[in-house]
Amino acid sequence: MSDHAQETGGTGPSHRNVEIGVTLAIILIALIGIYGSMKVGFGWGAEGPQAGFFPFYVSVIVIISSVINLMNVVVADGGSLFARWNQLRQVGAVVLPTAIYVLAIPYIGIYVSSALLIAAFMIWFGRYGVAMAAAVAVVVPVLTFFMFEIWFLVPLPKGPLENFLGY
Amino acid sequence: MLEDIGNLFHGFAVVAQPFNLVLMVVGIVLGVIVGVLPGLGGANGVAILLPLTFSMSPTSAIIMLSCIYWGALFGGAITSILFNIPGEPWSVATTFDGYPMAQQGRAGEALTAAFTSSFVGALFAVIMITLVAPLVASFALRFGPPEIFSVYFLAFCSFVGLSKEPPFKTVASMMLGFGLGTVGLDQVTGQLRLTFGLPELLNGFDFLIAVIGLFGIGEILLTMEEGLSFRGTAAKINLKVVLQTWKELPRYWLLSLRSCLIGCWMGISPAGATPASFMSYGIAKRISKSGHKFGTGQIEGVVAPETAAHAAGTSALLPMISLGVPGSPTAAVLLGGLLIWGLQPGPLLFTEQKDFVWGLIASMYMGNIVGLLIVLTCVPLFAAILRIPFSVIAPIIMVFCAIGAYTVHNNAFDIVMMLVFGVAGYVMKKCNYPLAPMVLAIVLGDKAEEAFRQSLLSSQGGFSVFWSNGLVSTIMTLGLIALFWPLLQAAWARLRLGKKGLRPAQ
Repeated sequence: MSDHAQETGGTGPSHRNVEIGVTLAIILIALIGIYGSMKVGFGWGAEGPQAGFFPFYVSVIVIISSVINLMNVVVADGGSLFARWNQLRQVGAVVLPTAIYVLAIPYIGIYVSSALLIAAFMIWFGRYGVAMAAAVAVVVPVLTFFMFEIWFLVPLPKGPLENFLGY
Repeated sequence: MLEDIGNLFHGFAVVAQPFNLVLMVVGIVLGVIVGVLPGLGGANGVAILLPLTFSMSPTSAIIMLSCIYWGALFGGAITSILFNIPGEPWSVATTFDGYPMAQQGRAGEALTAAFTSSFVGALFAVIMITLVAPLVASFALRFGPPEIFSVYFLAFCSFVGLSKEPPFKTVASMMLGFGLGTVGLDQVTGQLRLTFGLPELLNGFDFLIAVIGLFGIGEILLTMEEGLSFRGTAAKINLKVVLQTWKELPRYWLLSLRSCLIGCWMGISPAGATPASFMSYGIAKRISKSGHKFGTGQIEGVVAPETAAHAAGTSALLPMISLGVPGSPTAAVLLGGLLIWGLQPGPLLFTEQKDFVWGLIASMYMGNIVGLLIVLTCVPLFAAILRIPFSVIAPIIMVFCAIGAYTVHNNAFDIVMMLVFGVAGYVMKKCNYPLAPMVLAIVLGDKAEEAFRQSLLSSQGGFSVFWSNGLVSTIMTLGLIALFWPLLQAAWARLRLGKKGLRPAQ
């Protein structure tokens, strides 16, 4: 696998750029935190420190340390790669179906969407035959169903199929 | 003391109930599986399986969950030795000598040594917990808000000082965790904060979702990126090899003892099992007569990290049950479990929930014995799990992560948050941001903030309250030392180097 990866592409985003992006994102989150804390008040109120007191100073520390991190990144030499593009494609190819899976759960239930996710994964990544993929994709959710709904009495999101079957 | 021993035996009686014994075995087996699978570890394994315990009594629940933890600790060694893939970060050091041993056809010997030393390390830590935890708890009962805050302060400062990651990244990650922990309802004033009118944020960010996302999904993404395929040596282990290795092991008692002590020390401070295993390996390499041969398949190189990792992993529960401050992410998840079952973690547990605490301690003894037997007899089975291709395992792990995330609050939005945390975890991990302090900060944020605000309230806003008596000043000062430890160490090294540097000149 790794030999193949080296042949197809040796480029990718530099570690430095990604790290700068991450640091800026963290600073942005902290700024949102400061804004939110200021809205509820971060000073001294009737009951002592106000609700925004703690998050305000926490956000300030985040920003201070992020600025130091940012300076460290800028100073460091940016030779190394964060990951190669084809590696990132690999990661994206997991994130995308999982995102669809996550968004589908409220509508078609967790069991059906899990079956689809497992089948899709096995066919695309594992290059399994449809029969094998279908078998695993059915068995795992069915076992899960028995384990959670029947034995441990934990209800999971269900969709039209489960309604049709009477659950 | 005598009373504690009585309580402990009562605990054994609780654990020995058939239902609890079954849970123990189930927990260990699930734990080993979790430890063997890439992408699942102690923390997110326990987090995902937490909902299964909602309908149980707290004592049964903690027995099962803590056994998952012991199982995960054992499981990490299997993949390190047979596949050269550390299933858990704390078994990285085990691969250095364990995998060469397996390649030389001594897999059975390496596995026996690993499991036995894990057991010894855990046993040592449990005995320590039995003796020390009640004392710490009764001592901690006298703590007021400033003392409680100082304990949190010490815990979090140790993270910064002892972490291998850049200190400011640790601080950023930790404070981000505190920030995320404050979203939602403010415990003190009952005000909503940082929700920006979004109903999804009313309950804030649950750390269980964060654990499942950061560690579970993030880890799968990392594995996908590496595109790994498993190639391992066959696992054969039989009674003869086991007995032979056991005959050999007592020779390393000094090494074991030292590794136990390192492990316990690192486990109580929130540095955790991973640095403990490396430190123990490093020291063993320096001290041992055959130190230069380390890395080529020395049994000592397996004994040292495994003993320390287990001692650390186990003793991480000491501050969790006696102070309510978890020493590791997994201990944090167990603490989250306590809250869900309606127990208040902290020193009061020892007086108000005797059954629970002593049941837990007794299950540590029993669980490790049962665990040792299970892993010794079932290694080939567990190793077979790793031969299932990743393209089958990965979606199944995803499904279980999603189920685990959903069941925390029966909320589908949490699954979305899990994925967001997963992608964030992947990127942060690649940029060397440590994730454990972030998770602990989300868990402890509420309590640390409450203690902090109550302390300030009593002093009318003066920080002198944190240096108002001997106890709190000592803990705060220790915290500051831990925080600036890297600087102190560097200064000390420079001092010594300076002296040495002067000598040749004279």
